[in-house]
Amino acid sequence: MLQQLINGLMLGSVYVLVAVAFTLSIGILNFLNFSIPGLFMLGGMISWVLITMGVPPVLSFAIAFLIACVCALVVERLTFSWMKGSEHEVPLVSSLGFLILFEQIFLVYYGSDQQRFPQIIPNTTITLGDLVIGSAQLLGLVLSVAIVIGISRFLKKTRVGRGIRAIAEDTTTAEFLGVNTNRVVPLIFLISGAVAAIGGMLFAVNYNQVSPFMGEEVGFKGISAMIIGGMGSVWGAIAGGLLIGLAEVMSIYFLGSDVVDLSVYGLLLIILMARPQGLFGSAQVREKL
Amino acid sequence: MFSGYIDSLLVILSINVIMAYAAALPLVAGQLNLGAAGFMAVGAYVAAYGSNELGLPIPVAILIGSLVSGVIALVIGVPVLRTSGIYLALATFALGQILVAVFLNLEIVGAAQGYPVFGFIEMPAIALTAIAIVLALFVLSQTRFWLYLTAIKNDPTVCDLFGVEVKNVQLAAFVLGGMLAAIAGGLQAHYLSYIEAQSFGALLSIYTVLFVILGGTQTVVGPLVGAAFFTFLPEVLRAGEEWRYLIFAAFIIGFMVLRPEGMITANMMRRLKAPLRRKGAAA
Repeated sequence: MLQQLINGLMLGSVYVLVAVAFTLSIGILNFLNFSIPGLFMLGGMISWVLITMGVPPVLSFAIAFLIACVCALVVERLTFSWMKGSEHEVPLVSSLGFLILFEQIFLVYYGSDQQRFPQIIPNTTITLGDLVIGSAQLLGLVLSVAIVIGISRFLKKTRVGRGIRAIAEDTTTAEFLGVNTNRVVPLIFLISGAVAAIGGMLFAVNYNQVSPFMGEEVGFKGISAMIIGGMGSVWGAIAGGLLIGLAEVMSIYFLGSDVVDLSVYGLLLIILMARPQGLFGSAQVREKL
Repeated sequence: MFSGYIDSLLVILSINVIMAYAAALPLVAGQLNLGAAGFMAVGAYVAAYGSNELGLPIPVAILIGSLVSGVIALVIGVPVLRTSGIYLALATFALGQILVAVFLNLEIVGAAQGYPVFGFIEMPAIALTAIAIVLALFVLSQTRFWLYLTAIKNDPTVCDLFGVEVKNVQLAAFVLGGMLAAIAGGLQAHYLSYIEAQSFGALLSIYTVLFVILGGTQTVVGPLVGAAFFTFLPEVLRAGEEWRYLIFAAFIIGFMVLRPEGMITANMMRRLKAPLRRKGAAA
């Protein structure tokens, strides 16, 4: 039982990163960026491609990270910055186009099969009484919480962070007050894309598998985690991610794997109707997509 | 009369067109429904159960599926439509996932193994249903109801001030959309002779919304054009085999950059109609 709790938290730590990526994009730009699951997949798949080619793991991760960051900036150019003032659904549709595009690139070259991701971190397990904790998974949990705390500090304390929060309040006013939106908006895409890519690498290392579609399922759970925690709230994303991870592992444990979606999305729907701002969200995010 | 390939392509087209209007109805009123596939699943399973186990004639079974789906949309729509914007989109998304998950666990319709359907409908019947639905929507687009929908999208507050029952109109659009999606599901189930809950995933709902936005929501022809385009373009690109969806995705991105308002816009329709009207005036 306690073991399940730990497994749930480990799975949740991957959702936390994806949820943070979504929450940055929605909370600040009011944009549900569907390319995030694609960037998540890029992080995992590119690392896998390079490692199987014989590139040292650390270098592979670095290259995958850089490529994902560049892709995140391309997404910003083609979905968001040229579309200012268009219908709200338009950026959503083109970010979806990017998700399909990224998946198809890997599908063409590597097929749709699950690929085995090599064991990078020696599989030492820490045993506490009856509990077994994998070192890679522990690293994942620590890393994702550290990243989220880092982002939260950055938004609170730095000048750029304050600029970002000003844009979240009101873009026009922020511009009047001297925030350079043309610089800050790509930065937000960059951060959220980078976080998603790290999430993908962590997933690959923890669960030893990658596939072109690895982002979809995790992405949907990440969106749910974001809503449950409260859109736009970085701490809410942590709580929501861990909660979804727990709900998923617990319902597999108690009720069987077929009811996972029922419990996770049931939880989501109930929260949306009872408390749309989520557990940690304050006022409603403005009405826009 | 037709080869099997053309036959199945026309069926896919008909189903896609019906689904496009199912997603378009709420979208015209500015509500993004990301759960259309869930209602399609309801229609497929209820219709199949009706014709398999209860021995109902197929059209009756499909109609009952549509009614059940409409009732579900009505019951769930009331609380879900209290939210709006992105919250509404995600609530419908969760709803779609839940509906599919329910069928995935329902033993009487085969759960995860899938559910074989014994009745069969021929292509012409499906195409005729799609045509009838399109015609019905063209008629609907001439009514005040459609005007309310577009007005709500432009400004719900002003609409409310002018005495439009905003919530009720939105609910009606949502329920009608759910019923249309169920018809598409029932037709598809009886053509493919097999239902798999997994095939009604979130991506299907999302693709459906894509048809509509690509076609454009300003006019009633938009969703039709979008669905036709989405059905035929991958077929035309078949020459590129595995590259076709890649080109397709690149196309979506490029298209949205160049023409974000969709293929068919209100202005374009006006320009197309203008010469006809002038001719009419001269005669």
